[in-house]
Amino acid sequence: MNYNWNWKVFWDMAADGTGTWGMTLFYGVLWSLATAFCAGVIAFLLGSMLGVMRTTPNKWAVMIGNAYVELFRNIPLLVQLFLWFFVLPELLPKALGTAIKQMPPPWASFVPAVIGLGLFTAARVSEQVKAGIQSLPRGQFMAGTALGLTLPQSYRFVVLPMAFRVILPPLTSETMNLIKNTSVALTIGLLELTAAARSLQEFTFQVFEAFTAATLIYIAVNLGVVTLMRWLEKSVSVPGFIGHVPAGGAH
Amino acid sequence: MNLSSKIVLASVAVTFAAGVCAQELTGTLKKIKESGSITIGHRDSSIPFSYYDDKQQVIGYAMDICMKVVDAVRTELKAPGIKVVLNPVTSATRIPLMANGTIDLECGSTTNSIDRQKQVAFTNTHFVTANRFVSKKADNFKTLADLKGKTVVSTAGTTNIKWLTEENAAKGLGMNILTGKDHAEAFLMVETGRASAFFMDDILLASLVAGSKAPSDYVVGAEAYSIEPYGIMMRRDDPAFKKVVDNATATLYKSGAIAPIYAKWFQGKIPPKDINLALAPSPQLARVFANPTDSGDPAVYK
Amino acid sequence: MVDFDFDVIQRSFVYLFREGMTFTLTLTAMAAAGGIILGTLLAMMRLSSYKWLSLPATAYVNLIRSIPLLLVIFWFYFLVPYIGAWIIGSPTPIKVGAFASSVITFTLFEAAYYSEIMRAGIQSISRGQVSAGYAIGLNYWQTMGTIVLPQAFRNMVPILLTQTIILFQDTSLVYVLSLTDFLGAASKVAQRDGRLVEMYIFAALVYFVISFGLSQLVKRLQHKIAIIR
Repeated sequence: MNYNWNWKVFWDMAADGTGTWGMTLFYGVLWSLATAFCAGVIAFLLGSMLGVMRTTPNKWAVMIGNAYVELFRNIPLLVQLFLWFFVLPELLPKALGTAIKQMPPPWASFVPAVIGLGLFTAARVSEQVKAGIQSLPRGQFMAGTALGLTLPQSYRFVVLPMAFRVILPPLTSETMNLIKNTSVALTIGLLELTAAARSLQEFTFQVFEAFTAATLIYIAVNLGVVTLMRWLEKSVSVPGFIGHVPAGGAH
Repeated sequence: MNLSSKIVLASVAVTFAAGVCAQELTGTLKKIKESGSITIGHRDSSIPFSYYDDKQQVIGYAMDICMKVVDAVRTELKAPGIKVVLNPVTSATRIPLMANGTIDLECGSTTNSIDRQKQVAFTNTHFVTANRFVSKKADNFKTLADLKGKTVVSTAGTTNIKWLTEENAAKGLGMNILTGKDHAEAFLMVETGRASAFFMDDILLASLVAGSKAPSDYVVGAEAYSIEPYGIMMRRDDPAFKKVVDNATATLYKSGAIAPIYAKWFQGKIPPKDINLALAPSPQLARVFANPTDSGDPAVYK
Repeated sequence: MVDFDFDVIQRSFVYLFREGMTFTLTLTAMAAAGGIILGTLLAMMRLSSYKWLSLPATAYVNLIRSIPLLLVIFWFYFLVPYIGAWIIGSPTPIKVGAFASSVITFTLFEAAYYSEIMRAGIQSISRGQVSAGYAIGLNYWQTMGTIVLPQAFRNMVPILLTQTIILFQDTSLVYVLSLTDFLGAASKVAQRDGRLVEMYIFAALVYFVISFGLSQLVKRLQHKIAIIR
């Protein structure tokens, strides 16, 4: 095979002179995680709200929730990012649009990426939350009413605590999807991990080394997320329900 | 590239050469003969070298030269039925796709440089251009210093972005460098106001400006930052194929048959918008046609 | 208000659909077919009692599911010719076009996801079915082929179709290779004519209509199957 292996390339100076290629990849991971985290916060809050809306008796809330989910699930993520990055500044009043376009590079890509990813993932989270709420026996709502709680209070004190625990496993895979989807932001200029590997490949032509490093890092990040979520599941599990692991060990 | 890799590549080359006897084909020529087709990598918006017209046909100055090369290959292999397969490439993918065998010839606006000759080979230069920047006339940017702290853009995988990144670090200009996937996307950054300047070879800039919605809004800077000789790219360590291509291009240039081809693309109306670049061959280019060279050293072209 | 020229959509309509959409649909169809077949094989390997089958299959599926599709696209675009050369023992990397590279990429990528779906499907068939198959003298392949897989497949059709709709949307990522799928075609027109807003909104609309339409069909199919069961 006519390929010139050079694993030492990670210790070579990067083209922009700010550090080694290894550091470029490291900053790439940080940007990936930062984007995933910020988008995740938006997705979780908005998604939970939408999930709740879709299970209320209010027909309008359900319709709005469903419309949102259909809209954001049927347009590819890449197209959504393009809409936020390219189209939105053109539709706003000229001064505001220009101000957005003049934002310095990391933020010019970071903000649309976070918004786009956040809203996209919120649709998926709302599906999970809706499924979680609907998996609980309807008696829970009735019990809440019987205790004199209003509907919001029933959600807050009775339904949602259990629903969130139920959906922790699917939320784990949503988190992993979110981290993987941050790579799509490379098309709007965000220098996250895949983009960093690509720029390493473009400048040094070390294709395999660059992508192997990126692959290993993604696998490591995923293992980290899975471990974190498993710890979270264990620490919030409720005695007497499926999935609970007693502190003292197994029986 | 370090010494041990040079030794490996040299041994590969020697092995290839050792396998060649008078009748036997090796490397790319063998591949072309066996598959009955030659794959040409082309660009989608490197006007007027290699681009799509509005009927989505690939046309251009470099494409015409490459067709002459293909004719020479057909003659050499005594196989007039060799088909041409077109494969779009970008600045970032052209070298890896050449190395991994997807394309046999890259006909576009690729700068021949000593650095790149470690990965690929080039035939005789077909154009000489210089690295400049384009910006909006209203911004009045004249020199590199004017762009301190501003956002600038260039295309991924080009010698221009490499130069820009290194210059930015060396001179401490603090410019924010955006990367466009291809020339059209990078020019769009300037058009929409996301970037203040687009650094690229002046001929490509002139074509992009001429074809844009409002050509009079833009100005190509007067300062030239580096000399960029364009060459048609092929795989390295393939002397038999290189000989055929070099002969074809040298004959084309020396005999003057290149003159009508040049005039068609640089001094006549070209699709898709019928613009005329009205660019006479520069003295450097005339010298290159008289004495074809495949050197990657900019000093040779001064 | 900026001038919007929605005529650009009409002018480029033929190009968008004849070049772009056919690429997208062909890629989706081929990757879905290949992916489901390969995915079913992978699922069977994972459920096999032979460690030398189940371990590689599990490793493959977990690996592919941990890395982004974009990274897989880049890997295969540059890697496939080298692998091909290694397999057939050629001294130079073999030529693989961009379209072939995408089909291979998406087939191998989606196979991991389809295999999880088929695995759930196969596991949902009661063991009694398999035992009955062996009892009437069928071997493993006949049991799988005539009893288990047809039922598993039918149970999983809605989920398989949903995954295919996701695949349809994911094909837009070949944008990074500058290939002319539907989004790529829209981008090219947008960049050439400077009509970003019009083209990207139109592209979003087309993807929405197709995906939404298909997912409504899947919902109806789910209702039909539910009633039959």
